Amino acid sequence: MNTMTMTNTLTYKPVNLGRWIVWGLFALILIVAPMIFNSGASLSILSQIGTVMIFGLSYNMLLGQGGMLSFGHAVYSGLGAFFAIHAMNMAAGGQIWMPVTLIPLVGGLAGMFFGILFGYVTTKKSGTTFAMITLGIVELVFACSLMFPGFFGGEGGISTNRVYGEKFLGVTFGPQIQVYYLIAAWLFISTIGMFAFTQTPLGRIINAVRDNPERVEFIGYDTQWARYLTLILSGFFAGISGGLSAINFEIVTAENVSALRSGGVLLFTFIGGVGFFFGPMIGAIIGVFLTVMLSDFTKAWQLYLGVFFILIVMYAPGGIASIIMMNLRVAKYGKYKQIWPQVVAVCITGAVAALGLVALIEMMYHLTLESVNGTETKLFGFIVDTAKPTGWLVAGALLAAGGAAFWLAKKSFQRVWGEVNSEIEHLIRRAEA
Amino acid sequence: MEFTLITLLNGMSYGLLLFMLSSGLTLIFSMMGVLNFAHASFYMLGAYFAYAISIKIGFWPALVVAPLLVGVIGAVVERYGLRSVHKYGHIPELLFTFGLSYVLVELVQLIWGRAAVPYPIPAELDGPLFTLYTTTFPIYRGFMMLIAVLMLVSIFLVLTKTRIGLVIQAALTHPDMVESLGHNVPRVFMLVFGGGCALAGLAGVIGGNAFVTEPGMAATVGSIIFVVVVVGGMGSLAGALLASLLIGVLQTFAVALDHSFATLFTSFGAVITPDTFGYPVLNLTISQVAPIMPYLLLVLILIFRPRGLMGTREG
Amino acid sequence: MSALALELKDVRKSFGKSEIIRGANLQVPKGERFAIIGPNGAGKSTLFNLISGRFPVSSGEILLNGKSILGLKPFEINRSGLSRSFQITNIFHRLSVYENLRCAVLWSLGYKYSFWHRLNGLKDAHERAEQVLEQIGLRRRRDTLAGLLTYAEQRALEIGITIAGGADVILLDEPTAGMSRSESDAAVELIRKVTVGKTLLMVEHDMSVVFGLADKIAVVVYGEVIACDKPANIRNNQKVQEAYLGGHAPVAEAGV
Repeated sequence: MNTMTMTNTLTYKPVNLGRWIVWGLFALILIVAPMIFNSGASLSILSQIGTVMIFGLSYNMLLGQGGMLSFGHAVYSGLGAFFAIHAMNMAAGGQIWMPVTLIPLVGGLAGMFFGILFGYVTTKKSGTTFAMITLGIVELVFACSLMFPGFFGGEGGISTNRVYGEKFLGVTFGPQIQVYYLIAAWLFISTIGMFAFTQTPLGRIINAVRDNPERVEFIGYDTQWARYLTLILSGFFAGISGGLSAINFEIVTAENVSALRSGGVLLFTFIGGVGFFFGPMIGAIIGVFLTVMLSDFTKAWQLYLGVFFILIVMYAPGGIASIIMMNLRVAKYGKYKQIWPQVVAVCITGAVAALGLVALIEMMYHLTLESVNGTETKLFGFIVDTAKPTGWLVAGALLAAGGAAFWLAKKSFQRVWGEVNSEIEHLIRRAEA
Repeated sequence: MEFTLITLLNGMSYGLLLFMLSSGLTLIFSMMGVLNFAHASFYMLGAYFAYAISIKIGFWPALVVAPLLVGVIGAVVERYGLRSVHKYGHIPELLFTFGLSYVLVELVQLIWGRAAVPYPIPAELDGPLFTLYTTTFPIYRGFMMLIAVLMLVSIFLVLTKTRIGLVIQAALTHPDMVESLGHNVPRVFMLVFGGGCALAGLAGVIGGNAFVTEPGMAATVGSIIFVVVVVGGMGSLAGALLASLLIGVLQTFAVALDHSFATLFTSFGAVITPDTFGYPVLNLTISQVAPIMPYLLLVLILIFRPRGLMGTREG
Repeated sequence: MSALALELKDVRKSFGKSEIIRGANLQVPKGERFAIIGPNGAGKSTLFNLISGRFPVSSGEILLNGKSILGLKPFEINRSGLSRSFQITNIFHRLSVYENLRCAVLWSLGYKYSFWHRLNGLKDAHERAEQVLEQIGLRRRRDTLAGLLTYAEQRALEIGITIAGGADVILLDEPTAGMSRSESDAAVELIRKVTVGKTLLMVEHDMSVVFGLADKIAVVVYGEVIACDKPANIRNNQKVQEAYLGGHAPVAEAGV
């Protein structure tokens, strides 16, 4: 399944209506979501998803659109967060006038400033060297955070209270729902901004730089300068997400500028799909779910995240977005009836095998980490005694049977998938001729 | 004097350990263009395997078996994982090893738990090797240096004196040409990847009990070996040796020094108080700055001499 | 103002100890079509790389429209009015054919690194890109990803990207490499059409292309330009015959 050949640009549609509908729908979803998921925990998750979406989109300006793999993007969001939280404290103390609604802008400007500073150094190089410099810089900044406790707050970080100043039309930003709508507003603005970027000369040239940096020089552009400018803009939006994070959590610690967080956004963005503009948004949803929600259910969530990521890299390097788009393409050509039995088979057998594997892992985790609490553990609603062999045998059987069936289903699926896609490509070629 | 000598020796033993780790990374990168993010995780695997073997059987069998086990795992990873990602390009390869590093750490926690495990130094090697004035230099450090040097010598001999070594050297720079000459280059890649991981595993066997064996050990040493490889020059073993020793000695010295700009200026008669401009920076002791030194070095090298100290080509 | 579009004066280039270009001299008047031929390894592509700024010269002088371009970066040379294509197709494979061409015109139309212009609203860029699209005959492939084109189509796109920016001096590096006879003929027609009024420098191995297209031929052997003359005179040139055409070029025997 070759998912790397999809286009990044939304093709030119003669009817502008499509564009209005998509953005309108997006705004609608943002407005309505908290009315549907209205528990306190859900609001908190929605808020987090919002900030991570902006972060991921800003990261994809570098990776997906510019071909620049950065291991240190959290520097811009994290430093933006620190500046934002200090601004909040200064505003609360009456030293400056900065309403909460504009705090993300402070973060953005800080992110942009550091983009100008660090970007000059990092964009001198490209490829693996660029990736290594970004790693060096994030480790540098992270190590610095412990050296300057005045600014970074040492181990405990910097905290704040987001309820300060005069009420803005009755809004204090104390309740989570108000914070959510602030995040949603900034998300909407930032998404428009970053999408608009993809439709500008610089946005297109950075695509060209991704595809063929050497050729870009020979159409009159300085590759380094294009990368530098893109990084500065990316740092701006990353800083906005950092500022929102400071408002949302009311605390910023050294972890905000860590290699760990940088790795996280890389993981989520890649899982979502770097080849599509909306890919990082999907990645943000999945990422927040995995880190926040899954961690409530199982201690092994990091293992699952890592394995999931590796599977995506190996079998769907275009990410979830590409899987969705490929399936949509098949449906658009009316060929889904040819493949849906195989799709269902692959999904079911895969789920069975995964179930067995997850059960085994959960039991092992229980043995290793929680054996002090006794040998019994709750698994998918069943009480399982990890000391007895039954649980292990059942899980093992599920894995073995599911795995074998999956392997067979996969071969059948790959065959029909290949056939269907060749047919589609044939139709496309014929339409062009 | 005593301080300098002991610190120098400690620095060199740390540096040699870094070299054991980064040599494998350099070889893998030179030949396959893959920066193996999971390299430090294989180091961790070596330590854990050695722990498991040494409490059941003993340290000396562990010294031989653990690196082999790690090497086999590395070869399997290359054959069934890395190779299928190879066709997508360098970034997916990098990301694969990146995800692998996460997964390996989690698997280790799954089996051995989150706390550090008591991987002991064997009794025969415990104790002081010699005493310099009042400080003792442990036998085990000397043992580490010995193993590292033996390893260095044997890599050199294998690469330059054996046939497979020649093929590897050729494949380092011209894999396509070597393949068209009839050598099974994918198998060579698998060997080199497995070999590199085995070296990392050996470093884990040695370092795990000298330092600490815990799931976080991979992260601690992971970024430093990248610095070593880049500073030394991507693709240069001699450069990796030089950079490892440099960074090992620098860091060990720095951690032990308590001077700062403030103390320097005060020794010249200046008066530094908390109100002086830039006090937070001036007051930083060298030991506090020590953690950032490798990264500072990395950034500086990448700006001013991107091919590293002894590299022949850029990344 | 010099009447020479391009001038090479005693250009030398060494890679380490090997001297690849050993004193190359060339004078290309404005508006003429030059073909550069020579045996493999003679240094033809290296000359192109030196002229377009991909490598620095070891010594010597290169003048573009009378001004020295030594030490300039490739994009600076491009902005001075020189554009080149590549032997191994160098296109933007994840952009559509249309987008490839539009990128190529952006700088020349002055949009630079703008992130405030709406790309789809730029009429001049759109028209120019469509114009070149028509010229290179890839209208039907307008929205196909460049990486999915056939080889010959990619070579045509390559030429399109090279001329889209409106440069006056065009360097084409083996434009018909790997093409069949009919594809070559089509390519020659295309090149002839798009280089009207421009200065063309072309590395080629296909003699029929060379003799059909070129006003003058420069022969490069061992890093030196051993001859530079009209095609008919080159055919009869003793040195060229020995070095390149094999000592007994059948064409010469056909009677000149």
